[in-house]
Amino acid sequence: MSAHVLEEQETPVLWLHNVSADLAGRRVLDDVTFAVQPGEFTALIGTNGAGKTTLLRVILGLQPTSSGIVELAGERRGRRSVGYVPQKVLLDPDMPLRARDVVALGMDGHRLGIPLSPRAGRLRRDRVEAALASVDAIDFADARVGTLSGGEQQRVLIAHALIGEPELLLLDEPLANLDLRSQHEVVALLARVAEERRVAVVMSAHDMNPLLPVMHRIVYLAGGRAVSGTTDEVVRSEVLSALYGHHVDVLRVHGRILVVAGGEDEPVRPDGEEPGSVESGIVSVP
Amino acid sequence: MFSSFMVNTWVAASIVAVVGGVVGFFVVLRSSAFVAHAIPHGAFSGAAGAALLGLNTVFGLGVFALAGALGISALGRKGRHDVATALGLVVMLGTGSLFLSWSAVYAPQIYALLFGEVLGVSRAELWPIAGLAVICLVAIALVYRPLMLNSIAPELGEVRGVRDRLIETAFLLVVALATSMTVPVVGALLMFSLMVAPAGAARSLSDRPSAAIAWSIAIALVTVWAGIALSYALNWPLGFFVGTLGAALYGLGRLVGTRRRRLVLPTA
Repeated sequence: MSAHVLEEQETPVLWLHNVSADLAGRRVLDDVTFAVQPGEFTALIGTNGAGKTTLLRVILGLQPTSSGIVELAGERRGRRSVGYVPQKVLLDPDMPLRARDVVALGMDGHRLGIPLSPRAGRLRRDRVEAALASVDAIDFADARVGTLSGGEQQRVLIAHALIGEPELLLLDEPLANLDLRSQHEVVALLARVAEERRVAVVMSAHDMNPLLPVMHRIVYLAGGRAVSGTTDEVVRSEVLSALYGHHVDVLRVHGRILVVAGGEDEPVRPDGEEPGSVESGIVSVP
Repeated sequence: MFSSFMVNTWVAASIVAVVGGVVGFFVVLRSSAFVAHAIPHGAFSGAAGAALLGLNTVFGLGVFALAGALGISALGRKGRHDVATALGLVVMLGTGSLFLSWSAVYAPQIYALLFGEVLGVSRAELWPIAGLAVICLVAIALVYRPLMLNSIAPELGEVRGVRDRLIETAFLLVVALATSMTVPVVGALLMFSLMVAPAGAARSLSDRPSAAIAWSIAIALVTVWAGIALSYALNWPLGFFVGTLGAALYGLGRLVGTRRRRLVLPTA
């Protein structure tokens, strides 16, 4: 666990001040504050319904806030540079579309018209090639994207998000539905992107364990509230108990971290989740 | 078959095939086949209304096609899309049946709107068809990349400022325009077939979007050309040939597609 980046006082790429957001009259984010530095790997951890997707949508400007401020360094300089990999993109295997076509659309998919100039075409091809190479996707660049495996599709979508050279890369549950090996590959790739390109990576996950070796910061979400810091600062019984509003134990077993709900007499929360339901290594707390 | 009287027919049918092939590519890509079904059929009732009022039927058709497209888009905002589309279709068909029951000019004219009248296209009818075709193709070329991005995954577009609702509405309007231009020539049933079958077959034949669009145009052209020739020779309705040829070519395309993939997969 490295915390070196946190010590440096750089201008943050992303800064949330006391952000709250409501969905259909329900408070989904409650007074969330944290900052992300360039090149930092941040894990957004919480169970389903904790507010991870809403938080990412708030950062992207797709979900209005009820109060608070979201500051993006790129936006201050007049250039919005955020790459995004959404959750569960269903790529139809019948779609006549190659991996390289998806990546190219990450560069100019918002532009009108059809690019016709041969010079621009060559430049475009080179950039797509470089983006594919940076995620080790050259081998299947010309394959139909819908027929690729989950891990390969995830890499293509990461190249799609990176080709615009963002300062901040947001990923919504990129490890969901991947086998263990693909999970490791994607995590290693993202760590390399953060390290080599100085891109701040913020990814959501319900299990922090695959990310422990690479993440610099954790933002732990529960019931819309968040605490952030290094893993050692945040994933502690007294911190998480305060966040959840009842007792929580943090167990460290063979380098893995388990968060376990407290006593049997805990009331079931209105969202209906049972206390202590096990979810990929985290014993989730309602 | 190639007399001067028939030249207009060949030209009109070819234009219709090109537009059907291009617009159809996105209809199939977006899984909007039901929309491509609903707008032409619903628009037919607009033509029935126009005939009742003694107006130009193509005008009535265009108005209903555009109104239908905007209605489906607005309803889709709230509910599920297929339900909104079905409701739009039902309302338009119901209104059409009312207009038909009131109308005296019914039979052949309206019949032609459903099944086409390709064997009698006049030179004067050719210009509006060509004009609307150009508008459709330019519109598709203009929004090509955002439309593609939105068709793959709307969320990927949203973060780049490509608004899902805007693209959806723009696309429905193009389908409505394509409908208005082609229904008087090939009929609503055929337009539906031309916007689904060639593009459906084409996507099995290439992995590249531009090549798939080219295939889609080529298959649409073969379909209407063969349809006209057979219809002329046997004096059977054109609709029968375009519908069945479209389905047959779709089946053939899928077959070739599976073979292709089986050849490619083991090495991948």
